[in-house]
Amino acid sequence: MNFKVAGKPVFVYTAARALDPGKPALVFVHGAGLDHSVFGLQSRYFGYHGWNVLALDLPGHGRSEGPPIPSIEGMADWVREVLEHVKIRKPGVIGHSMGSLVALEYAARHAAERIALIGTAYPMPVSEAFLEAARKNQHAAFDMETIWGHAPQVPLGGNPNPGMWMYGDTLARLRRLAPGVLYNDLKACNDYSGGFESAAKLQCPALFILGRRDVMTPPKASRGLSQALKNSEIVTLESSGHSLMAEAPDATLDALIEFFPRRADL
Amino acid sequence: MAGPKYPGFDTLALHAGQSPDAATGSRAVPIYQTAAYVFRDTEHAASLFNMERAGHVYSRISNPTVAVLEERVAALEGGVGAVATASGQAALHLAIATLMDAGSHIVASTALYGGSHNLLAYTLKRFGIETTFVSPRDPENFRRALRGNTRLLFGETLGNPGLDVLDIPAVAAIAHEARLPLLVDSTFTTPYLMQPFALGADLLYHSATKFLGGHGVAIAGVLVDAGRFDWEASGKFATLTAPYRGFHDMDFEEESGTRAFLLRARREGLRDFGACMAPMTAFQILQGIETLHLRMPRHVESTRKIVAFIEKHPAVEKVVYPELPSHPDYELCRQLLPKGAGAVFSFEIKGGRASGKTFIEALRVFSHLANVGDAKSLVIHPATTTHYRMSDADLERAGITAGTVRLSIGLEDPQDLIADLERALKAAVK
Repeated sequence: MNFKVAGKPVFVYTAARALDPGKPALVFVHGAGLDHSVFGLQSRYFGYHGWNVLALDLPGHGRSEGPPIPSIEGMADWVREVLEHVKIRKPGVIGHSMGSLVALEYAARHAAERIALIGTAYPMPVSEAFLEAARKNQHAAFDMETIWGHAPQVPLGGNPNPGMWMYGDTLARLRRLAPGVLYNDLKACNDYSGGFESAAKLQCPALFILGRRDVMTPPKASRGLSQALKNSEIVTLESSGHSLMAEAPDATLDALIEFFPRRADL
Repeated sequence: MAGPKYPGFDTLALHAGQSPDAATGSRAVPIYQTAAYVFRDTEHAASLFNMERAGHVYSRISNPTVAVLEERVAALEGGVGAVATASGQAALHLAIATLMDAGSHIVASTALYGGSHNLLAYTLKRFGIETTFVSPRDPENFRRALRGNTRLLFGETLGNPGLDVLDIPAVAAIAHEARLPLLVDSTFTTPYLMQPFALGADLLYHSATKFLGGHGVAIAGVLVDAGRFDWEASGKFATLTAPYRGFHDMDFEEESGTRAFLLRARREGLRDFGACMAPMTAFQILQGIETLHLRMPRHVESTRKIVAFIEKHPAVEKVVYPELPSHPDYELCRQLLPKGAGAVFSFEIKGGRASGKTFIEALRVFSHLANVGDAKSLVIHPATTTHYRMSDADLERAGITAGTVRLSIGLEDPQDLIADLERALKAAVK
C-alpha cells in the first residue's frame, strides 16, 4: 500500500490485501538498515489468518522516502501518523531489533493491544567501531551488521528458506540504502534512553523472542527490560542468532501465533 | 579494532549450505531422493503453499539436497540465493522467462556457446523475444543496440570459443544507465577465477556440468542473483513488480525485495516450465565444488604449459588464449582474470578442415566430445559440432574458422598431454 504521510511517500506491506475495519491489526517494524520484507513469511501468515497486516518501511528504508528519522521516539510517533492515516488504533506491534525499541516506545506513547519484541536489548549500545564505520559509510559497517546479525553457524549452515544465502541477502539490502541511513539507525538505537520509563507505563502484555546465539542482542541484554515490564514472557530459540525471522522462521511464527490470539479470541 | 571476517572461499566451497544432518548426524550432504514431503497437518500444508512458512512441498520446486547446492553456489558468488536447474540452458531460459514477455528484446554478445546462440537467435524468436547480437570487443556496441523494449544485456565471461573477455564493468555500466540488468554466463571462469557480481553483473548462471562438477557425470545448471538490481525503480519489469494472477496476485518485488527475481523464477519458472535439478545431480555437483579451489589452479597451470607448447609448434597457425599478448583482450584479461583465463582455449591448425580431422583422430589421451570443464582433457572441432548450425557469417563473427580446434585442459600429467598433442600435430601435417 502506497500513500503519503507529511507529504512523503510511504510504503506499507499488507500481504496484498485491502485493510478491513472489522479485523484486528498487527504492525511490523523492521530493524536498522532493513525493510518490511524481513518479516516476509510471518507477516504473510497473519495477513491470511484474520489480521490486517501493516509491515512498514520506515522513512529512508525500502520504498518509503527519506530522510530517516533520527530517534526511536520520532519513529514511534511516525508509526502513529501512519496508523492514523489508515484509521487503525490500538494494534498489536511486532518489532525486530531497532524496531523492537520502536514497538516499546509506541506502546508507551500511544496504545497497543500487545507487543512482541524480537531480538531485543535495552539499553541497545552500538560499538564505537560499528558506529564509526557506519558514519563514514564504509562497507565494514555492512559486514559487521551481516556477520554479527546472524548466529555464528549461519555461513556454514543451511538456510531454512530453500536456495537463499542469508549473508548475501542482508548485504544486498544494506547496499541498497542511501548513505547515512544505517548510521542514523544505529545511532538511534545507541542513543535511546527511555526504555525503562516506557516499560513502566506499559499495561499491555509483551512477548520477547530471543535467539540463544544472538551476538548483537544476547538474551541477557534484555533481562532488565523484561523485569521492568508488568506482563512479559520470554521465548528463547536455541539455534538462532539475531536474524530470528530468517534463521528460525517457523519457530518465530509459532511464538507469535501463540501470543497473538486469533480474531475470535480478542 | 579489526572487524569480523567472512569465511574464506575454500571453507565455503566445503561447508556453505549444509550443517550436519539433524536427523542422522550425516556429515556428507544426504541425498533426499523424494518427490514430495509429508505435511504436519492441513494448516501446515496451506501455509507452505501460501509461502507463510519455510520448507519443501514438492521436489520440482525445492529439495533439501538441491537447496544445499543453491546456497553454496550463492555463497561462492556473493549472491542472495540461487535456483538450480536441469542444465545450463535451462538456467538461461529461466532467467529470460522470468524477466520478460513476448515483445521484448535482448542485446547479446556474438561470442556465445552455440546452444545459447540458437536459443536466442531462433527459438525465442518464435515466442516473440528478439535478440540483437553485438561484438563484445567494444562495450559501446551494447549501447548502440538498445531499444525501448530491451530487457536484458547478456554475454559470457569468457566467450565461446574465441575467449573474448567480457568487459563486465563497462557493459554493466551501460546496462544500468538504461535501467537494465546484465546477465553473464560464468561457466568458463567459475567463482574461483572471477566473481562477476563484484564487477557489476546483476545475474549469472553456470552450466554446472562443466568446472563446478568437474567430473562430467551430470548435466546441471545454476542461476544466481546478486540481489542488487532495483526492479521497481527500473519500471521495466512487470513480471516482478505487478500483481501476478498465477500466484495470489503476488507482487514479487513488494513481497520480497532483494529476492524478487529468484522468488518468481522458483515459484513460476520451476513450477510451470519444470526444468528442475534432480537431488542426485545436486549431490554430484556438490562433490565437485568441494575441490573447486584445488582443481582450478591446476587446470590453469596445465593450460599455460600447453599453450606455451602449442604456440611454438610449426603446425599451428595461431593460438587463441587471453593470457597471450597476441589476444585482443590481453590487457582486459590481466585486469579481470588475475588468477588465470581458465582451461579452455582454441588454436588454428595449418591445413584447415582436413588437418583438423586428422589431428583429432590421432589423439589418444584427449577425448573427442562436446563438453568442456572435465577433469579429463577434451577436444572438439566447433565448426562441425557445437557451432554447426551457425552460418559462415555467424561463425566468422564468433571467431571460428574451419581449422579451429578447441581444447579443454584437464588434470592429467601435463607432460602426457603435451606428448599426445605433439604426436597428433605431427600426424596432421604429414
